[in-house]
Amino acid sequence: MDRRTPEAGLFQRMKRVALCLQVTLLFFGSAVAAHAHEPVGHDAVGATVSALPTGDLGVVIERATGSVLLVAHSQPRIIKRLEGLGDLSHASVVFSRDQRYAYLFGRDGALTQIDLLTQQVKKRVAQATNSIGGAVSSDGKLVVAQNYAPGGIKAFDAGTLALVAEIPALPGANGQPSKVVGLADLPGRRFAYALFDANALCLTDFSNLAQPETQCHLAGKQPYDGLVSNDGRFYLAGLFGEDGIAFYDDLYPERGVHKILAGYGRGEQPLPVYKMPHLRGWAIAGDLAFLPAIGRHEVLVVDTRTWQEVGRVAVKGQPVFAVARPDGREVWVNFAFPDNGWVQVIDRKTLAVTHTFSPGAAVLHLEFTPKGDQVWVSARDSNAVVVYDTATKTEVARLPAHAPSGIFFTYRAALFGR
Amino acid sequence: MVTKQSNLAIVHFAALAIALLALPIANAGAGDVISPAPTFERQRAIVHLVRQDCGACHGMTLQGGLGPPLTPEALAEKPEEGLVATIRQGRPGTPMPPFAPFLSEDEARWIVERLKQGFSSE
Repeated sequence: MDRRTPEAGLFQRMKRVALCLQVTLLFFGSAVAAHAHEPVGHDAVGATVSALPTGDLGVVIERATGSVLLVAHSQPRIIKRLEGLGDLSHASVVFSRDQRYAYLFGRDGALTQIDLLTQQVKKRVAQATNSIGGAVSSDGKLVVAQNYAPGGIKAFDAGTLALVAEIPALPGANGQPSKVVGLADLPGRRFAYALFDANALCLTDFSNLAQPETQCHLAGKQPYDGLVSNDGRFYLAGLFGEDGIAFYDDLYPERGVHKILAGYGRGEQPLPVYKMPHLRGWAIAGDLAFLPAIGRHEVLVVDTRTWQEVGRVAVKGQPVFAVARPDGREVWVNFAFPDNGWVQVIDRKTLAVTHTFSPGAAVLHLEFTPKGDQVWVSARDSNAVVVYDTATKTEVARLPAHAPSGIFFTYRAALFGR
Repeated sequence: MVTKQSNLAIVHFAALAIALLALPIANAGAGDVISPAPTFERQRAIVHLVRQDCGACHGMTLQGGLGPPLTPEALAEKPEEGLVATIRQGRPGTPMPPFAPFLSEDEARWIVERLKQGFSSE
């Protein structure tokens, strides 16, 4: 109990507010000084920090400048810019189980651990020469990188980033280890991924770190990315080299890998694809999965009980991301160049496009707030992150950012495959 | 002594500049078409396209991604005409799409020439 007099308590509080203001100003400049109510403390090494609840935080990649923005989403705002993080074109982020750390995978192969409490880089390792993303094991102990060069996956201790295991990928036609795409965490210390150059879908089990086990199956031509369903059961790898999707059911591993939606292009000449769709975070909304047709300006709708096609939605261009609002009632889609100025909304009940709008130039990514009341959209060439109210479809905030690409909120830590 | 050397350098530089300036004219005399360089504005748009949109597969720094690297070393052995054709028509059997709808022959050649020298970042 506080035994101080009310006056003393008030004085203490004023002092705290003043200190907090000072620190906030120091850290973030006057634009965010209004948030002076945040608690101030000292971190383990004695530095003054303004700690924020990490469940409200996220990371926005600034791809061209090697920087990231730490952001908060309850009141959309930028907290801090971290710079000097290398080549972040196509960078992606996963979070530690406790949502304290962001793991950033750079195109240059660097893995950076960002402490969201102290808002500083904790550790950085050069783990490959070309990396594309990663995933965290379901027990939170391992962070695994998927690499293009040298092709393979590497497992690190999630706390220290010490390398604990390394699995080179099977070679492709050129004899080099294949580029790894679509890494996703499965239940247990297991991961699924696909090999672009070796036409394979692989499963690696890190339960025994001294002797990880890997099984690969032929998947189809040129898998370009993969996703796991929200319950960590179904793993799908999109194929570039043929019409179809490689499919694996982790509840029945003995059934192996087979193809679904084979021949979805109906023999028509595919349209050119100026950017590969990204499957991570693609929409599984209730019983329906929304998947990209490669070389078609269509979203394929699949019944997840039968994995048969039940519909197609004609859209503005080659879909890149199609993300279900967390309540599953809408799917928001963005597109490849040259149609990358558009975002469309598909209604889950009617499978009709209900909204088409242009948030800015070169829309690269969409990220919903945890329960989907708002969505953040990065518009690279407009140097802005645009926040929409998903109920009214109106813009509620526009945050300045240098060529923003990926947007990642910490709640992903609790989801399979994100 | 010092003055003499720098004079010599200036003469060398001037000769080089004249030779370089004369080069396209000499080529034109040999019957080639001079590919006009894109306007400054257009050059900036093309550089942006290469860095950002080609960069989607080849990496923004062109060090390679799902697509191969487009660095001077990686392209050194590849004939210019083949590269121009790849940009314009794509490469069947690979994800490389045709950029003919967005880039003229001259613009594709301008990109190839720059890629072989080391591509501008502006």
